[in-house]
Amino acid sequence: MTDQSSTPSKTEAVEVAPAVQKSSRTKMGLRKQDFNIFLIVIALVMLAPFILNPFPEGSGMAQFNAGYPDLMQRFVIFGIFAIGFNILFGLTGYLSFGHAAFLGVGSYAGVWMMKLLTMNVIPAIIVSTAIAGIFALFVGFISLRRSGIYFSILTLAFAQMSFSLAYSVLTPITGGETGLQLALDDVRLFGTAAVDGSIPATNLFGLAMRDSFELEIGGWLFTFNAGYYLSAFVMLAAFYLSVRIFRSPFGMMLRAVKSNQQRMNYTGLNAKPYTLAAFVISGMYAGLAGGLMVSMDPLAGAERMFWTASGEVVLMTILGGAGTMIGPVLGAGFIKYMENIVSKINETILHQWFYWLPDGLEDFVIALIYPFIGKGWHLTLGIMFMMVVIFLPGGLVEGGQRIAGLFKKRKASTSDDDTTPKSAPQAAE
Amino acid sequence: MDGILLQILNGLDKGSAYALIALGLTLIFGTLGVVNFAHGALFMLGAFCAVTLSRIISLSYETIDPNRLDFLGNPAKINTPYVYDFFGPNMGASIIDWAVPLSILFAIPMMMLIGIAMERGLIKHFYKRPHADQILVTFGLAIVLQEIIKFYYGANPIPTPAPAALVGTFDFGAMLGLNPGTVLYPYWRLVYFLFSVVLIGGVFAFLQFTTFGMVVRAGMADRETVGLLGINIDKRFTIMFAIAACVAGLAGVMYTPINSPNYHMGMDFLVLSFVVVVVGGMGSLPGAVLAGFVLGILESFASTPAATSIVPGINQIIIYLVAIVILLTRPRGLMGRKGVMEE
Amino acid sequence: MGILEVKGVNKRFGGLQALGDVNLSVAENSVHAIIGPNGAGKSTLLNVLIGKLIPDTGSVMFDGLSVLGRHPHEICQMGISRVFQTPEIFGDLTVMENVMIPCFAKRDGAFSLHAIGGVDAETDMIDQAEEMLTEVKMIEKRNMLASSLSRGDKRRLEMAMCLVQQPRLLLLDEPTAGMARADTNNTIDLLKEINEKRKITMAIIEHDMHVVFSLAERITVLAQGMPLVEDTPANIKGHPKVREAYLGETA
Repeated sequence: MTDQSSTPSKTEAVEVAPAVQKSSRTKMGLRKQDFNIFLIVIALVMLAPFILNPFPEGSGMAQFNAGYPDLMQRFVIFGIFAIGFNILFGLTGYLSFGHAAFLGVGSYAGVWMMKLLTMNVIPAIIVSTAIAGIFALFVGFISLRRSGIYFSILTLAFAQMSFSLAYSVLTPITGGETGLQLALDDVRLFGTAAVDGSIPATNLFGLAMRDSFELEIGGWLFTFNAGYYLSAFVMLAAFYLSVRIFRSPFGMMLRAVKSNQQRMNYTGLNAKPYTLAAFVISGMYAGLAGGLMVSMDPLAGAERMFWTASGEVVLMTILGGAGTMIGPVLGAGFIKYMENIVSKINETILHQWFYWLPDGLEDFVIALIYPFIGKGWHLTLGIMFMMVVIFLPGGLVEGGQRIAGLFKKRKASTSDDDTTPKSAPQAAE
Repeated sequence: MDGILLQILNGLDKGSAYALIALGLTLIFGTLGVVNFAHGALFMLGAFCAVTLSRIISLSYETIDPNRLDFLGNPAKINTPYVYDFFGPNMGASIIDWAVPLSILFAIPMMMLIGIAMERGLIKHFYKRPHADQILVTFGLAIVLQEIIKFYYGANPIPTPAPAALVGTFDFGAMLGLNPGTVLYPYWRLVYFLFSVVLIGGVFAFLQFTTFGMVVRAGMADRETVGLLGINIDKRFTIMFAIAACVAGLAGVMYTPINSPNYHMGMDFLVLSFVVVVVGGMGSLPGAVLAGFVLGILESFASTPAATSIVPGINQIIIYLVAIVILLTRPRGLMGRKGVMEE
Repeated sequence: MGILEVKGVNKRFGGLQALGDVNLSVAENSVHAIIGPNGAGKSTLLNVLIGKLIPDTGSVMFDGLSVLGRHPHEICQMGISRVFQTPEIFGDLTVMENVMIPCFAKRDGAFSLHAIGGVDAETDMIDQAEEMLTEVKMIEKRNMLASSLSRGDKRRLEMAMCLVQQPRLLLLDEPTAGMARADTNNTIDLLKEINEKRKITMAIIEHDMHVVFSLAERITVLAQGMPLVEDTPANIKGHPKVREAYLGETA
């Protein structure tokens, strides 16, 4: 960054838009500071089995561990979903309430590839991305003829329509209520239909996705799962691509769409193809996530397309920080972690925690907390949703920036009285 | 002929529910400029007002009657609802029987309070925020409300019957001189339809003939100008929100005998009601009502075997299809005004 | 033959004749002002010029091509840039980015998917934008958010965004509306400089006579949708018809 002290607080919040400058020192086509973020993400993702398992097995805190293969897979897969959603919502401001439909379509396409071709996940992943892209092109072409709330409702209508169809009429393709599953008598042209009388495992050129390598150090148990690392590599690629898009002229145009479409048109630019491209790209990310999901667990159900599922990805993006690069990854991880932990807590565990309180008080505290845990996860989720929108529209990233700003200001000026940390300048309007 | 009539009748009750919810949505949108994704939750809360009231008035205490034995030979336990003591057994029984209609009296103040609390506590702070934020925060609120209901009332639908006198069907066809037995229509659905007509009429009359309504209509047309007149528009908007909440709640109360209420009924209706609002034309009250009934009836026609045999599943998607076509050909909806929600 | 030729344009809104047989010819490299009292049809004419409104009859030709029925971005691609009454800029973007976007639009046309290459690598575009910002004396504000600029700076930025595309015609819609006197004079100087240095044709729709008479080489006076006179500023000043149109009601 260039010296910003001359224009204090004008640019500091613009994580989206650091100063444009000719830079010769780029690594992998990234600016130094973006490259550093990328390195951090790589480290987090690669070391996740360690980071997410900080507590020894069998200890009271082990329930806060999250280093299980299927949970870690969900972290990165929903990360991909949210990164893609952010390319649309974060950059162009178009709020799609139907993005889960693309994830669902991708899942179905993925399972079909496994039914028809092979249990190798590569065709499943590629085809689910492609099919979701085509579907997004269709939906986007129609929905983007409107903007604002109309756009949201159109995408919502499309998603609900897809859900209804998948649930009922399209049962031969989608498996209806039971979902689409593999079967022993599937075709699998390039693979075996069955191994030892059961359905073969999903694999990458023979490496089964459910294979894990376990490492025991002292009381700690770390699991390195093949499926997780495949998803993780895909996510890193997806993240890298999104950083490139953010910093590209295309990304700048998308932010221009959000900022002022009128000026954009009178600058000789046609906003429609830009938004459509963003829509299709984000739809493909969703399809990719769907394809990976069924690569880990070959089952696709219609409920993945329900509009609350679309709402969830919106929440992940907002919670992390819409329009920031790392926000969606953080948001997805945070929500999936909370979901896992909060749903696992039950009354017994609460009693263990609060045993030191006087009896009456203990019961009272537990009664207070009880609605929010276990099956009450959705209540917690809804409250988090409201809190974030109300108090932290910029999400975790903005929260972090505010805290960092607080410290910086404290350090910088003890003499200056009225350096109340003003909230970072929000997008106009 | 009778087939067509039957489908129109069948569409009326759903259409009424759509119309009532869409009416409230439009009122809120038109006056406050807020896109309220929690409006379905208000409908659901209304339904649970009925559930709550019927539980309250069925509260009973247990006595043991030594003279009667139950099938195990023990002295029989008799549950006597408190209302029997207050009003005598006959009156008490009919009060319990008429719990759903009585809930209207209970729901009006409840929904008013909920509406005012919601507007003052949350919605008010989102007037100036982008529509995306309004959608998101009310979406979050809807989740919270439905989860609270789920926590206290469970996830299963709770049967809430109509008064015995209004259970059953009557032969509407015969009344019109058609063959008897061809067009049978449940009494309660007719009640629901008439109720919603009265409610809709009431809202329109209120807006048309009272000074309060006049100001609100002026506010819908041009908020800033009305603000300049020195009229305290904010207070009126709070009341307007409460009224819209009330309309949705009453729609929910009366809907309980048609579909047993469950915690996600609001969400189910919300998406469709939004579609109804868009089809009717954002900001147009008559449009919302018209589109509600039209889409309800259309859905009913699409559910006939004749329709589903031509296009399987058409009943599931007809409303969305219509909405997409309308939005693309008539962006302002059936009766939308110019300049509403257009950049 | 001017660069912009308006011939026989009529536009009715219901019973109201908004434009009646308007003929206008803007000569290349000139500054042409269109003035008139309120409701004279200036805005309608402007909307016709930018393709927003299609007239009932008549033609609008820019450099031999009709502009009617074209999208705003197509008209811009033809070489017509527009300055709005309130500056239309990308408020959420930095000043530098605001100027770079028109650079890309000029180079790549209405749409291009440079989704992978970084903005930083576009050295030519950066040079171009920096040069432009230096010219309008805003280079030191390059990293500020555009929405945080003063009104005068916003206007300068908007001009810069138009000029960097090297348009052949600049349409200005009351460029000094709501400005203080000092700002107005600055804007006048800026426009004069642009016209002299860059030889860009300008069509100005303006209310403020001070602006009009300091800038325009030719003036068209509109009244009730009809072109009243077209002449040089010197002749317009004392023209009886103009006096009547402006002062008719009050005098």
